[in-house]
Amino acid sequence: MAEQVSDAIIRVRDITVQFGKTRVLDGLNLDVKRGEILGFVGPSGAGKSVLTRTIIGLVPKVAGSIEVFGVDLDAANSAQRRAVERRWGILFQQGALFSSLTVRQNIQFPVREYLRVSQRLLDEIVVAKLVMVGLKPEVADRYPSELSGGMIKRVALARALALDPELVFLDEPTSGLDPIGAGDFDELVRTLQRTLGLTVFMVTHDLDSLYTACDRIAVLGSGKIIAAGSIADMKASQHPWLQQYFNGKRARAVTG
Amino acid sequence: MLATRNQLWLVNDRFDKAIGAYRGPDGQPAEGWADVNGDPTLERIAQGEGLALCAAGNWTARFAPALERIVSDAEKLRGSRTHFFIDVSQVASLDTFGAWLIERLRRSLSDASAEAKIAGLSANYSSLVDEVSRVGPAPTVDSTSLSLSGMLEQIGLTVVGIGGTIVSLVDMLGAVIAAAGNVLIHPRTFRLASTVHHLEQVCWRAVPIVVLITFLIGCIISQQGIFHFRQFGADIFVVDMLGVLVLREIGVLLVAIMVAGRSGSAYTAELGSMKMREEIDALRTMGFDPIEVLILPRMLALVLALPILAFLGAMAALYGGGLVAWLYGGVDPEAFLLRLRDAISIDHFIVGIVKAPVMAAVIGIVACVEGLAVQGSAESLGQHTTASVVKGIFFVIVMDGVFAIFFASIGM
Repeated sequence: MAEQVSDAIIRVRDITVQFGKTRVLDGLNLDVKRGEILGFVGPSGAGKSVLTRTIIGLVPKVAGSIEVFGVDLDAANSAQRRAVERRWGILFQQGALFSSLTVRQNIQFPVREYLRVSQRLLDEIVVAKLVMVGLKPEVADRYPSELSGGMIKRVALARALALDPELVFLDEPTSGLDPIGAGDFDELVRTLQRTLGLTVFMVTHDLDSLYTACDRIAVLGSGKIIAAGSIADMKASQHPWLQQYFNGKRARAVTG
Repeated sequence: MLATRNQLWLVNDRFDKAIGAYRGPDGQPAEGWADVNGDPTLERIAQGEGLALCAAGNWTARFAPALERIVSDAEKLRGSRTHFFIDVSQVASLDTFGAWLIERLRRSLSDASAEAKIAGLSANYSSLVDEVSRVGPAPTVDSTSLSLSGMLEQIGLTVVGIGGTIVSLVDMLGAVIAAAGNVLIHPRTFRLASTVHHLEQVCWRAVPIVVLITFLIGCIISQQGIFHFRQFGADIFVVDMLGVLVLREIGVLLVAIMVAGRSGSAYTAELGSMKMREEIDALRTMGFDPIEVLILPRMLALVLALPILAFLGAMAALYGGGLVAWLYGGVDPEAFLLRLRDAISIDHFIVGIVKAPVMAAVIGIVACVEGLAVQGSAESLGQHTTASVVKGIFFVIVMDGVFAIFFASIGM
């Protein structure tokens, strides 16, 4: 595995995204290495979610190229694309659970589509995933509208992990969770990364997550990556926003 | 070689040291082991009283169907031995699917008389197996059985549901009237901008399609009338038929059905998605009455719109009918108008147009009740939007029948 650690699982080159006349991303470059947890921060409205959605192909880009697992997503045919999509899992900001399916059906949905396995194994996998994300198996037959915000996040993570992907995108996974739940969540992401060799692309505002879960941090500002590196690099940076973010009042409260 | 491995099962705690013994000097797996990069395998090796199951290959989601077969086969060994060892040291990659299936195998092989152990876990994988070992039995799904009592229960529930629908319609009617009364007392609470906005949506924007459809229906009635009346030499009576039919019935009924499909469904979908996103709850907590803010302007817009649309529709139908009568039946416009003047009176027009606001109110009430009944799911939104249109059209036709009886009995 050692020789693979260095290669980039996501390679973003010079991408530009524009909505009408507003340029959200402007020639952005980013590499995510295999097996790392990348924390992605930036001011609200800077385009963090836009970048995530561009990488997974939900937002069209004006220019640039995106490679995931070494596959250029623009050049890929639909079969190659599907193969890539099967290897990643995505946790949307609002969960994006299918509202007319139960928790069980939500988690089983991708598995059922891609693998021919028995109903028994499907049901067991649901329980395993629910336990992994810290939920009781009893919630399996509830509908998303009957879940709390934190539970929706966890079920959405369970669905994102349903096929044991190699890469997961987490869009603000800990927002709306209580601090204990958020801590568990970070711990869970860490465990999964360790055990499954998962690569995690995490958009977050949670300083705790950045400190405890992330290997590397990338900062988005004015359409570009303004800094990337470890927590120590971030704190040493002279950029005013970074100064405020990592050395501000809230940050000091985290580091003590 | 085999002897080394046999010892291994008995000395689990020395496992990590022992693993080197059956690997080649260069760290590559020694001969005889399954291809580590290939399909998953589970080799069975008898060891006196016990049995060793050696897992190898990729135990991952991609191979889940094959893994499940392998594990189901191995589960049949249950009870055949007193000791089972599941050796996972040769597994090339493991994820939750593989880990769970190994754990499942361990559980199904161990019972009162037999013992099963998992051996050879590396540090990374042991936390994964620990994770899945916390998994309890899957909760069973209760399936609804098809039985006579179940069907009777369904019928009963449907009847209760119909009763509930009528109650909620009356409830909504009362709430809307109360809100209207409140607005009359405090005219400043009236939402003019919202009403005008909805009036544009349901009236102004509906004009082209309503006029087009009623025009075509007028043409068709006229053409059919002329075609059949001609056999009796009664061509000119098509004007009587057209006038009475369009003004009394077709004009308003057709327009009401179109409005139920076009605006009733829109109201239900709008209110339903607002309900789903807790927007209606937000309004309520800010001290606003959703009936007054959301429903009254919509109802008022619909009640104003339908008579206007019904009038325009009737005119378009008469125009279309007259055009066909002239071009196809040879009844020139002057003769058509003369005949029309004799055939119809203002009563016919009034009978038609009086029904319009009532039908609008019925459509609006049904649409709003259905909109507020939407639950949290997208499926529920779809069901209630469908129900809104179906019930709206049903009640429009029922109301039309009631009006027909009423007007017949008062001689209009």
